[in-house]
Amino acid sequence: MTDHTTTQGNKGALAGRETVEVYIMGKRYVMPSSLTVMKGFEYAGYTLLRGCGCRAGFCGACATVYRVGKDHALKVGLACQTKVEQDMYLTQIPFYPHHKVGYNLDELRATADQVIEIYPELSKCLGCNSCSNVCPQQLKVMKYVSHAIRGEVSAAADESFDCLMCGLCASKCPANIVHYKVAILCRRLHSKYLAKKAEHLKHRVKELDAGSFDHLLLGLMNAEKATLVEKYNQRDME
Amino acid sequence: MTYTAAMRDLIKRVEATRDARLGKDFPRMTPQEKQDVLKNHHPDFIEHEFRQARLGPNKGDRFPHELCDVLEAYPMYDCNSFRADTVDQKVDVLIIGGGGAGASAALLAHQQGANVLLTTKLRFGDANTVMAQGGIQAASKPNDSPAIHYLDAMGGGHYNNIPELVKALVTDAPLVLQWLEDLGCMFDKLDDGTMLTIHGGGTSRKRMHSARDYTGVEIMRVLRDEVLARDINVCEFSAAVELLLDEKGRAAGAVLYNMETDQYQIVQAKTVILATGGLGRLHTQNFPTSNHYGATADGLVLAYRVGAKLVFMDTIQYHPTGVAYPEQVAGFLVTEKVRGLGATPVNIDGEQFVYHLETRDVASAAIIRECARGSGLTSPSGTPGVWLDSPLIERIHGEGTIARELPAMFRQFSRFDVDMRHDPILVYPTLHYQNGGVLIGDTGETSVENLYVAGEASGGVHGRNRLMGNSLMDILVFGRRAGLHAAQKAGGMKDFAPKLSIEHVKTFVSDLEAQGIAKTVTSPILLPFRHRLNPNLQL
Repeated sequence: MTDHTTTQGNKGALAGRETVEVYIMGKRYVMPSSLTVMKGFEYAGYTLLRGCGCRAGFCGACATVYRVGKDHALKVGLACQTKVEQDMYLTQIPFYPHHKVGYNLDELRATADQVIEIYPELSKCLGCNSCSNVCPQQLKVMKYVSHAIRGEVSAAADESFDCLMCGLCASKCPANIVHYKVAILCRRLHSKYLAKKAEHLKHRVKELDAGSFDHLLLGLMNAEKATLVEKYNQRDME
Repeated sequence: MTYTAAMRDLIKRVEATRDARLGKDFPRMTPQEKQDVLKNHHPDFIEHEFRQARLGPNKGDRFPHELCDVLEAYPMYDCNSFRADTVDQKVDVLIIGGGGAGASAALLAHQQGANVLLTTKLRFGDANTVMAQGGIQAASKPNDSPAIHYLDAMGGGHYNNIPELVKALVTDAPLVLQWLEDLGCMFDKLDDGTMLTIHGGGTSRKRMHSARDYTGVEIMRVLRDEVLARDINVCEFSAAVELLLDEKGRAAGAVLYNMETDQYQIVQAKTVILATGGLGRLHTQNFPTSNHYGATADGLVLAYRVGAKLVFMDTIQYHPTGVAYPEQVAGFLVTEKVRGLGATPVNIDGEQFVYHLETRDVASAAIIRECARGSGLTSPSGTPGVWLDSPLIERIHGEGTIARELPAMFRQFSRFDVDMRHDPILVYPTLHYQNGGVLIGDTGETSVENLYVAGEASGGVHGRNRLMGNSLMDILVFGRRAGLHAAQKAGGMKDFAPKLSIEHVKTFVSDLEAQGIAKTVTSPILLPFRHRLNPNLQL
């Protein structure tokens, strides 16, 4: 981390701006302080391929780990959602392996032991909380894992809902748990088997199967534009 | 990066009028007022931002310059290196694109017993699908019907939508919703199973179903999990760069490009489904965009070269509420659900100037007009904007609503020290969606036999303006239809032994040369142009 390479970004863009020094994989770049880590990479000259997706905090492609200055604490963030700061030492972890798990949801049950049957390594959780500490969404990862271990599928589903499946939790786990895969199984089991089905939806599907709307729709499809305009402008609003 | 002192002062004006605005709906525009604001202020009507295509199936049609630039470009793949007898992989159904449309096509095709390959340029699931926050439309409630949904969609699209496609959308929508429920999608529900629904811009019924404000994320991660659980063949970081035809001019495969090793691969397929998304990352008219990194119109380029016609590509949807501040997240989407829950746009003086749930094109044009009038604000980085009065949500629905109903939005602004529960947020239209695309029929098939298109890459269903929640539904409706029909068709092609050809691309190159078009751009571009991606960085 002592490589004092000069900045490779466009110096013109620095004029009149507050700047910071950022170390991308140990290499120093000077860049505007208003950037996110993702734009910092691009400013430095990188063309991102892995480590860049939606660029808006939804896809989990750009998990980044970093330290700042002399602080030993390891910090995390999504590159598209994290501001650059002075003396930031960073790298991206755009991929972390999980193992292949095949299941047929239709053949599963939402029972207390179902999740642990599929992911037996759950029982080896040390309770170290490393997973929660490394979550860029600030989820209580260990808490939902505990729910999963206890067979509290719905609680695990609710607690894990904001997970983007970036994989940082799995990268830190001493028990080699793949938390985000556990989480999605819990959410799917909860939603399929524990949450009540929507009766209004069942009813609507039955009506559609019976062709209940065909006549009305055909009328609209064959209507002149003027008729459609009139009907549209006279819609009653809920 | 909290609000500056000057902005704080201006926020006081919004606070001063809030009580008076609470509970009062601003009048909706008349049809004539809508036409006026669109013609005078919507980016689609700025003539010098468009030109006529000089060649191809849409020769003479009016397209944005940025789209013409990639359509009228030379292939990145060297056609002379193509050998018809060196096929690397043979599959029944080749699906290009790994978003919601591609994933649902894969599931339906696989269910039919087809040998499927899903290839995608970035990671499986990296797509605009995950960025759909607010909801998905389906007429599932007793006071609603597919016919009412049809009318809303047609009116929203200014009656240009293709009727057969809209019918497919509105009649499949409840089936898709049930399919998702059965796959284990965690929709917002009451304890008795009733799905929660709210309004979106242009809806006459509360038809927007949601999974908090991670609706697209939830749908995508469930579909992806199902594809992986079924062990369907997925190839990531592998872009299609040309389509291949057989001796009869039918789609029969593609040239794939490994984005990491620079190697090419020839895939032969009985049917091909393009599900590559839209053009947001071309940044038309230099607008910021809410779009995913990969939205570079690749599928349009490929389809155009095999002769598939595009429709409605002169109309782009600008979402009225993109982030205008803080700078780090400029252009990001502020989901329409924020307005659905009651937040209203107000100007520098704290006055509302447009009904908060007008259709997106009208709302965007109204915001652009307000700023052009000098009643907007200027962000610290110099860009225009108006307030979106988010604290109204807590006033209308009670404290805690924003954190509960809009966790993604709340988190995004909190990360940059803006508390949208107490302070309004600054917004300006952002490039959001390509309303048009490759023309399809109601099975997803194009004018080129055995070539299907689904999702944002396709065109016709939304006419000239898409409603919120209709694209998240359309990608699944037409992804499933394309997957089903492509697999069934492939099933009937037992003695498939095509002579693969890339002559159509060579012909296209001859046309480019005949038009005297210089070889300045090669396409598909696969990744956004650097200077458009970060215009303020002068890269």
